[in-house]
Amino acid sequence: MKIRRTPAEITFDAANILLLGLIAFIMIYPMYYVFIVSISSGIHVLRGDVTFFPRQPTFEVYRTVLQNPDIHTGFRNTLLYTSVGTAINLIMTTLCAYPLSRKDFYGRKPLTFFFLLTMFISGGMIPLYLTVLDLGLINTMWAIVLPPAISTWNMLIMRSFFTNIPESLHESATIDGANDLQILSRIVLPLSKPVMATMLLFYAVAHWNSWFSAVIYLNQRARLPLQVFLRDIVITGVFGDQHELVGTAMDHFQVVATNYQYAVIIITVVPILLVYPFLQKHFTKGVMIGSIKG
Amino acid sequence: MSIINFKRIGTRLHRSRYLYLLILLPVIYYLLFHYRPMYGILIAFQNFRVARGIWGSDWVGLLHFRRFLGDPYFWQLVRNTFLISFYGLLWGFPAPIILAIMLNELRLKRFKRFVQSVSYLPHFISVVVISGMVVRFVSFDGLINQITGLFGIAPRQFLMFPQYFRTIFISSGIWSSVGWGSIIYLAALSGVNPELYEAASIDGAGRFRKMISVTLPSITPTISIMLVLNLGRILSVGHERVLLLYNGAIFETADVISTFVFRRGIMGNDFSFATAIGLFESLIGLVFIITANKISNLISENGLW
Repeated sequence: MKIRRTPAEITFDAANILLLGLIAFIMIYPMYYVFIVSISSGIHVLRGDVTFFPRQPTFEVYRTVLQNPDIHTGFRNTLLYTSVGTAINLIMTTLCAYPLSRKDFYGRKPLTFFFLLTMFISGGMIPLYLTVLDLGLINTMWAIVLPPAISTWNMLIMRSFFTNIPESLHESATIDGANDLQILSRIVLPLSKPVMATMLLFYAVAHWNSWFSAVIYLNQRARLPLQVFLRDIVITGVFGDQHELVGTAMDHFQVVATNYQYAVIIITVVPILLVYPFLQKHFTKGVMIGSIKG
Repeated sequence: MSIINFKRIGTRLHRSRYLYLLILLPVIYYLLFHYRPMYGILIAFQNFRVARGIWGSDWVGLLHFRRFLGDPYFWQLVRNTFLISFYGLLWGFPAPIILAIMLNELRLKRFKRFVQSVSYLPHFISVVVISGMVVRFVSFDGLINQITGLFGIAPRQFLMFPQYFRTIFISSGIWSSVGWGSIIYLAALSGVNPELYEAASIDGAGRFRKMISVTLPSITPTISIMLVLNLGRILSVGHERVLLLYNGAIFETADVISTFVFRRGIMGNDFSFATAIGLFESLIGLVFIITANKISNLISENGLW
């Protein structure tokens, strides 16, 4: 039914829209500001008169950033850890979630308990570090990709998706003589593209953004991921081999340290922004599945 | 009888044999990376030496616990951690609820989707980027000083003053998590029976009244569950953002239990002491979550279990 809007309602709606508009602005502006500062001329950045539009825009700084060998190393390593790590995540999560989704799996309850318990009790930072040390993984890619191989939460989302696949499909396949491995690969997996897409994005973003595990498990510069270099440049203000380059550019007031730092931020975030439209759709769905079934 | 039972178990095991094959690797993974570290907690009661292993190291009982409970700096850490959590909860807990209710009241579908999209975005941006932006924004020539400068306030290096740390930490935390946090409440709101609103309209309730008397009560179960979960984490402020934002000048308010564990354990190699503190932190968390759950059950029967 259509409700006629009283003046009070109109005020209510207007205030609501205004406030939400303000919130949206606060959400976007920092990122936008970082971008316009990165491309504004250094002299304007120093004066602090870049507010809503770039001043004398130039993409020069991006060329400098892309010449930085650290950025190359970082990108290469992050791509490697993200792709290998996500592949391991998807395989391991499926291997774990599928048997647990089968009602006729003998021992399902105790095994589920065995996995779920880890969501509430954990060894903590130091015992995990010592485990990785003991396994001889320090300073290897495996220290980055193996410890987070399965997120129990994601595994539960996948399990609930598998559970919703009609059991009649399993039964008819069993009658046709298929074993569980064949059922998984020929019937379940082809039906699971949506949940796989969600998982792919969940895990890939987590790997792309991961920072701390590299800090504690890696100490060779050549193996560090992008986020570690990003931290050095943006937070600590260490420019690595490019210190002089930035310095010379600064002399001409074309580029200042701030330009450089903000450009590095933008470069790291761009891949995320490119996949964001897909991310948002699938992620939201994933959270919904999780919140309803969990 | 028992022979028959064995047989039946045998057939069942046999029937699930491929499923066991599939789940073998995950079981090994959980044993290695989750259960093995749990067993490693034992070193909290030892003077652990890496070279001698858990069985070769000396047992010292509760020595490490006594050591830090007697250390005045430890209470400073507990105080910092607690205050960050407490104020974080005070400001950060209602924020996604309010956002969800506001979004729910919105009739412009497109605008609603737009606000949702932009508010979820920070969730996907790494802590390093967010902290990096914060560090630059609050620096001497940063955005914040430019804004306060408009009001004639002299610029200052905010992250050098202990009194600003909590505000910076908590507000940037809310900025990055409020949108994502609102999803769960929006899901709860979409399940509210529309007849309740109609009934309220017939009774003469306005929009605001309906928000208070219909919308809010119908998401109370979700709110109390989330509150219980959050209370369980009251003594565990995540180390990543603190490590990225703090510096020696502001340890007075910024150093928390988890960052101390990191410095003593990973950087200082004092494994046993750091593990003991970590264990203390999780035990307090357990006590908090159980108590909060009890209270929640008593008041509204909306506990976690």
